[in-house]
Amino acid sequence: MKKTKLRKSTVNNLITYAIVALFYIVVTVMVATGNATRHMQSLLVPICVNVTLAVSLNLVIGFLGELSLGHAAFMSIGAYTGGLLSIFMKNMFPNLPVMVRFPLSMLAGGIVGAMFGALVCVVVLRLKGDYLAIVTLAFGEILRSIIINLDFTGGPSGLKGVPQDASFTYGIILVFLTLFVINNLAKSKHGRAIQALRDNTIAATSVGINATKYKLMVFALAAFFAGMAGVLYSHNYSIINAGTFDYNKSIEILVMVVLGGIGSVRGSVIAGALIAVIPEMLRSLQDYRMLIYAIVLIVMMLGTSNEKLKLLIAKYSPVQFVKNTLAAKKVKKEEK
Amino acid sequence: MNFLSNLISGLSLGSIYALIALGYTMVYGIAKMLNFAHGDVIMVGAFTVIVAANSMGLPVVACVGLSVIVCVVMGVLIERIAYKPLRSSPPLSVLITAIGVSYFLQSLALLIFGSTQKSFPKIITMEPMHFGELTINGESIMTLAVTFVIMIGLTLFINKTKIGKAMRAVSEDRDAAELMGISVNRTITITFAIGSALASVAGVFFGATYGFIGPYSGSMPGIKAFVAAVFGGIGSIPGAMLGGILLGVIENLAKAYISTELSDAIVFGVLVLVLCLKPTGLLGKKINEKV
Amino acid sequence: MAVKAPDRIMVPLPSHSIVPIEDMHKPPVLQTHQLGIDFGGLTAVNNLNLAIGPTEICGLIGPNGAGKTTVFNLLTNVYQPTRGTILLDGYDTKGKSCDQVSKMGIARTFQNIRLFGKMSVMDNVKIGMHNQLHTNFVSSITHGFGYKQTEKQAYDKAKELLDFFGMADLRHHEAGSLPYGAQRRLEIVRALATNPHILLLDEPAAGMNPSETAELMENIRRIRDEFQIAIMLIEHDMNLVMGICEGICVLNYGEIIAKGTPAEIKANPKVIEAYLGKKAE
Repeated sequence: MKKTKLRKSTVNNLITYAIVALFYIVVTVMVATGNATRHMQSLLVPICVNVTLAVSLNLVIGFLGELSLGHAAFMSIGAYTGGLLSIFMKNMFPNLPVMVRFPLSMLAGGIVGAMFGALVCVVVLRLKGDYLAIVTLAFGEILRSIIINLDFTGGPSGLKGVPQDASFTYGIILVFLTLFVINNLAKSKHGRAIQALRDNTIAATSVGINATKYKLMVFALAAFFAGMAGVLYSHNYSIINAGTFDYNKSIEILVMVVLGGIGSVRGSVIAGALIAVIPEMLRSLQDYRMLIYAIVLIVMMLGTSNEKLKLLIAKYSPVQFVKNTLAAKKVKKEEK
Repeated sequence: MNFLSNLISGLSLGSIYALIALGYTMVYGIAKMLNFAHGDVIMVGAFTVIVAANSMGLPVVACVGLSVIVCVVMGVLIERIAYKPLRSSPPLSVLITAIGVSYFLQSLALLIFGSTQKSFPKIITMEPMHFGELTINGESIMTLAVTFVIMIGLTLFINKTKIGKAMRAVSEDRDAAELMGISVNRTITITFAIGSALASVAGVFFGATYGFIGPYSGSMPGIKAFVAAVFGGIGSIPGAMLGGILLGVIENLAKAYISTELSDAIVFGVLVLVLCLKPTGLLGKKINEKV
Repeated sequence: MAVKAPDRIMVPLPSHSIVPIEDMHKPPVLQTHQLGIDFGGLTAVNNLNLAIGPTEICGLIGPNGAGKTTVFNLLTNVYQPTRGTILLDGYDTKGKSCDQVSKMGIARTFQNIRLFGKMSVMDNVKIGMHNQLHTNFVSSITHGFGYKQTEKQAYDKAKELLDFFGMADLRHHEAGSLPYGAQRRLEIVRALATNPHILLLDEPAAGMNPSETAELMENIRRIRDEFQIAIMLIEHDMNLVMGICEGICVLNYGEIIAKGTPAEIKANPKVIEAYLGKKAE
């Protein structure tokens, strides 16, 4: 009989928070002392965007057990809503400080994203598995066509002039918020209900869990954070284009979740950061990026059914490597 | 007259969708999985024809034959390597693997052929036909005729042959079929082979109709063909034919009379609508989970 | 979403199963009237009239394929009946979803065990208590605003329930990794955690050895006495059925062919025929 790591999960969450905090402190010190190159600094916000996206998608895949291929669409909703609102506020209230303007846009992006997530969920309520996945994909494509055909979104040439309000600190705050909400949710009445639906829908409804309500909750919450990540993204680049948020972007987020381990929040954090950094570090691999993503998806999934492969993955996966290194450091500290 | 010619090119596009949708629906019916990579087989089939015609200078029939062989071998390999080990895994893992395979084929094609689209050789040299003011081009006639023949052949195959019966048995109840001495693995392999062969034929017509092929050419028609399979009722072969043809017509008419940019959105709108109103599709059966 | 409570309907009882003496003058907890369901033209259950007293232990037996589990699925609204009425504590359950019916006071176990396998035993029971925990969303995501107290209460109550079945020591184990008998027990605990008025047990003794079955019988009696609820069970083990049921209902081809006390059922020629077939003339 296996003992679950029920009690350990609180400690587990603390380790995740500690990793993020440590990362923030180290980077801030490096920037302050001039040890961070411009190139490195340019990666900081994308790391936060990726981590938020990966953790929020993991809520759908890992906790609800459904596959959403429209996560990039939720992100685009946030990116456009936040971007348009910021442009509006910048023009109407030029004196409004960034500290007020940006969080407002973030919130707006999140809320509109959540509304869209709930809308998609209402449509897919009766669906699951493959059908649900393909409908979320379809929604993403429909949304993209609509954005390109609208005028106020800048149409095919994209939305320009979004104020560059995003910063690493805002990014880390968003990451913390996402982690806090999702980790807490997992260990609550609501989180248990969601996981119960994943494990056995019929049994879950038989003990009085309202499947509709919790499915809606998951989709809205995941879309809320994806929307906020979108706002962060658009305020980092100042120009956004609907083409960025296509099916391939959704797959990239899926790769992060799968690489980090489905259902593992800390894995998503590490994998999200790695996928932001590695392609930039290894420019020579740029051409092979898609191929590597494909292999990651296939090998990780085959590993779930093959013990030998599972061991190999545990040995050579970069996420595992980072996890092990962090664990080793912790052990050393304790020894001291 | 304009409407008629739009309708006919819609039918021709729909036949291509129907050919691809047949592969989706057969695999879904028998292996109970969504083979996301099925659309990319079309791309591989079309690229094979390009290589065979341009680099090897083979005659048209040999080009198509080679394309079918390459696709069948690839389809079977994909099934053996990527899907078979996951036969008893949760559907989520299988779906993610299939997405991985689709991505793999696309990125491999990207590495080999580059991102610019290659022009497809003119292999259908039939003269356009004229009926008064109405002109139907050779590609459309050929596509419609070949699809028609293939569909009749496939229907006969499924209903009359021993292998066809085995396929129907496995799709009804895998365990019972196995107990009756049917090799489930072999049946699934055959299904993948047939599906891939149909997809390669669809690839040839797709290339001939549009004239250009790139690494991502297969993914959109693939997804749309899946929409067609769902539209017609997944698991149902007549449904896939009907759904494919209807979807092609809808898409072409939407392009002609509503908006070219929104035609994709309309096609996906059809999917959303069908799944909301009748999730089993036009000709599908309802499957209840046993409690 | 609150279940809108319609007026209580009291249908004159069409027919009783054997109601224990203490329940005689109380309204039944569960009644069905002319209940039936068709699957694509095939009638699976028909003309089902049942009434179960508030603390009755009632058995539903019949040959394989008689439609016993279908009856359970109808009672818990997994299937919507084609015709007829179900009254739970006098309230009509027509058009309700599974979760709403659960809130109205019916709980069940499943023939093929359906636990939340990857979660701990404790969490399985806490999930059963879902509708009794009044934690709102904000408190769930912040772990404040009364979260700690509610969780503590849930933990204590779940532990108490597990203790009742001698399972408290297993509370941190993964549900899916428990031995078979313990999984069956856990399913009962989870169902009880919903605070039901009637508990439906679908083949609770399947796969158990005689000593485990004896323990189960004892447990079923204890549940009734301690929680003062009605229990209806489907079972093939005749020793168990005859041993603990006060009323028995025999189903064949979707229709009730006999109702009565264990002694009456044992002597009923129709029942013997249904199980063993007709004697050659």
